[in-house]
Amino acid sequence: MPIRIQENDFDVSAEITALRKGDPRVGAVVTFLGTVRDMNDGSQVKGMTLEHYPGMTEKALEEIITQAKTRWDIYQTLVIHRIGPLLPEDQIVLVVVSSAHRGEAFAACEFIMDYLKTAAPFWKKEDTPEGARWVDARVTDEVAMARWKKK
Amino acid sequence: MKLEIRFFASLREALGTSQESIETPVSVQTIAELRTFLSQRGEIWAQALADGKALRCALNQQMVDANTALQEGAEVAFFPPVTGG
Repeated sequence: MPIRIQENDFDVSAEITALRKGDPRVGAVVTFLGTVRDMNDGSQVKGMTLEHYPGMTEKALEEIITQAKTRWDIYQTLVIHRIGPLLPEDQIVLVVVSSAHRGEAFAACEFIMDYLKTAAPFWKKEDTPEGARWVDARVTDEVAMARWKKK
Repeated sequence: MKLEIRFFASLREALGTSQESIETPVSVQTIAELRTFLSQRGEIWAQALADGKALRCALNQQMVDANTALQEGAEVAFFPPVTGG
């Protein structure tokens, strides 16, 4: 379950290729890519900076992936999350999950993202024309995570 | 007890500190009691750690709730709800 927290950009195609290489059991690879929007809460976003809690971030993501592996029959996972300064259109986060069939991979990928959004210690600070501001957590993210607890 | 306390994001900026080693009195045994204890350090601390502020906490890098008991030598972090992804 590779987990990488990095400032550098990543190549989605190369990551998928590496993840499924040498594993002919794989019949489905689901990818989620999160990118920087230029608009949030009615303000233009010129850029943002991502802060995290080194050590805890990796532990939280390991925990999330371990949970996903107990719930779905998936093979490989990869999570890359960027930190530091980012600009609109930049890639922020990548989650890749492989499995034999698409259903398991789709569900696990969505689960990992929903958990990451509420349990992994990352914080965004946006640079807007009105000044820099910390992004507020969204209620919709909590709701998205709560869905998984009922099942 | 001896604790390593850490603050992140908007809370770190408001308090002007990211990490410090502290010694707490015996009356401080839980995360909630530590928060109250720290909020007595002055106006800025009282405001940033006020009960109404939505904050999360981690004990030894594991998210925990406010009733969790502290441990000698533990790393305790306070931060706003996370916004990654």
